[in-house]
Amino acid sequence: MSGTPHAVLAEGLRKTYGPTRALDGFDLAVPEGTVCGLLGPNGAGKTTAVRILATLLRADGGRATVAGFDVTRQAEQVRYRIGLTGQYAAVDDALTGVQNLQMFGRLFHLSKAAARARAEELLDRFGLTGAAHRKAGTYSGGMKRRLDLAAGLVLAPRVLFLDEPTTGLDPRNRNEVWSVVRSLVAGGTTVLLTTQYLDEADQLADRIAVMDAGRVIAEGTPAELKARIGGDQVDVVLRDATHLSEVAALLSRVTDGTPETDEDGFRVSAPVTGRAAALTGILRALDTAGIEVEDVAVRRPTLDEVFLRLTGRPTDEVTA
Amino acid sequence: MSTLPAPVIPTTPAARFRYAVADGWVVARRYLTHWVQEPGRIVAGLVFPGMMVLLFGYVFGSAMQVPGGGNYREFLMPGLFAMTMAMGIAVTVTAVVSDTSRGITDRFRSLPMARSAVVTGRSIADMVNSLLDLVVLLLCGLLVGWQWHNGPGSALAAVGLLLLLRFALVWVGIYLGLILPSPEAVTVVLAPVYPLTMIANTFVSPQQMPSWLGTLAEWNPLSATVTATRELFGNAGPAAGGSWVAENAMLMAVVWPAVLIAVFLPLSVRRYRRLSH
Ligand SMILES: Nc1ncnc2c1ncn2[C@@H]1O[C@H](COP(=O)(O)OP(=O)(O)OP(=O)(O)O)[C@@H](O)[C@H]1O
Ligand SMILES: [Mg+2]
Repeated sequence: MSGTPHAVLAEGLRKTYGPTRALDGFDLAVPEGTVCGLLGPNGAGKTTAVRILATLLRADGGRATVAGFDVTRQAEQVRYRIGLTGQYAAVDDALTGVQNLQMFGRLFHLSKAAARARAEELLDRFGLTGAAHRKAGTYSGGMKRRLDLAAGLVLAPRVLFLDEPTTGLDPRNRNEVWSVVRSLVAGGTTVLLTTQYLDEADQLADRIAVMDAGRVIAEGTPAELKARIGGDQVDVVLRDATHLSEVAALLSRVTDGTPETDEDGFRVSAPVTGRAAALTGILRALDTAGIEVEDVAVRRPTLDEVFLRLTGRPTDEVTA
Repeated sequence: MSTLPAPVIPTTPAARFRYAVADGWVVARRYLTHWVQEPGRIVAGLVFPGMMVLLFGYVFGSAMQVPGGGNYREFLMPGLFAMTMAMGIAVTVTAVVSDTSRGITDRFRSLPMARSAVVTGRSIADMVNSLLDLVVLLLCGLLVGWQWHNGPGSALAAVGLLLLLRFALVWVGIYLGLILPSPEAVTVVLAPVYPLTMIANTFVSPQQMPSWLGTLAEWNPLSATVTATRELFGNAGPAAGGSWVAENAMLMAVVWPAVLIAVFLPLSVRRYRRLSH
């Protein structure tokens, strides 16, 4: 390794399951101390990539190092330096919070006393001290996720893998998880996180890699990526269908992308770059044209829209 | 985080072995904690054998005839011991599948623990459980008038054979647990276990069955253990009748489990390794 040290470096990873190419030339470089968001629709290969990097799965081709160690030949060294939180909370429901963390500490070969101390420290840090002696099975989704995260942090890993850490959580629990991830990053941990939400990658990641059909199709800082995909999305909702095409023409003039028309929802959407400026421009143009609208809103593009913009086709064709 | 001690990475074979034992024990402790924390399971574990003693010892038992005469409950208890050992396979399979399907096995695999610990831990826990099951059942037996007649040495040997059967089935169970895709599949696979424990000399002598079924029952690995333990405990058993397996039950009570272990232990290890493919 030369230049800036990479906490995660993957080159040309391949993995096939029968006819499915789960990974097909996957390249990724995550500099130490940064957060990389791996964004992709269902079946893009996010979990497969994480499992290979976390030594759970062997690639059919390509190579990868994590914390400077080869994931195949030096798997044990890698395992001492990583934390993994999978797509589903993998804690023992029948054990209490403290029992769970103590067990994982022992399996990281901490002494009994050190495992105990570490368990208490982590529970405290994750706001679970009050629930330390309750079975994990009685925890809420967010608490369980936090315990799961804590279990991945027993050894203060150099690299932390988070596979869809907030999928299935309500907004409050999602915020809890986000703040935990932020505090970890402040402590210098490198994080590779997969997500299906652009919003989440935007919130947490220094760099985002967009995956499609087993490879990274776009990579950059959230700002770079947004510039490339055309930033936010504006929705103009009308009272009825009469002015739809007129509004679409108007939007294509004042915004920087091709508008999409949803005939049934009386809605026209288009990508915009500057939120406030775009909104003012659109409202002024609508006013000048004398078109009455139900609603105008600027929002983050959905993953589907990102895909449409990057690949020119919707996400549901990806796995086909 | 500053207080965190540096992990010890084992390098010598001796250190690796020590860690393999320690890790296996941590995993075993996890399962034993489950067991202790769910009193429902303990009670169920006690009630089932108790019910079986009542059902077969008294309800059906009054209509049962022991070939060559003798007390049916004396004849029955070794059958129940072995049956309980065999049914233990359900515990193993269920636990393995539930860990695999809920990502716990993957989490273990992402830790720097000994690779063997997941399976050794499971087998230690199962053996401890089975020993306790057996003790409870022996006490039940004593309560209903069953006894061992050939001294404590032979009785211990019989217990050893029963645990050997259970140990062999632990490995069959781990293998099945690793190949089954979901907890739902477990029910299907385990459905035949219960009847299979009866197509043996557990409750009646195979000589009292139609000849094809009798042959099947005689060759059931369970039968060898049952006959051998009946002999060792000195409980009334069918006079060794003709067929080779029945006459060599003591030998087969060792050979059967040995064969199962020789087949399923390497298969389980291989399958566990192949989880990363
Ligand atoms: N064990 C497996 N056997 C067969 N196919 C698999 C297996 N694991 C993954 N795949 C396939 O490989 C592809 C990539 O799967 P992967 O789980 O990595 O996607 P993902 O991006 O994590 O999706 P999701 O968002 O649904 O979690 C999919 O088409 C999936 O069906
Ligand atoms: Mg996934």
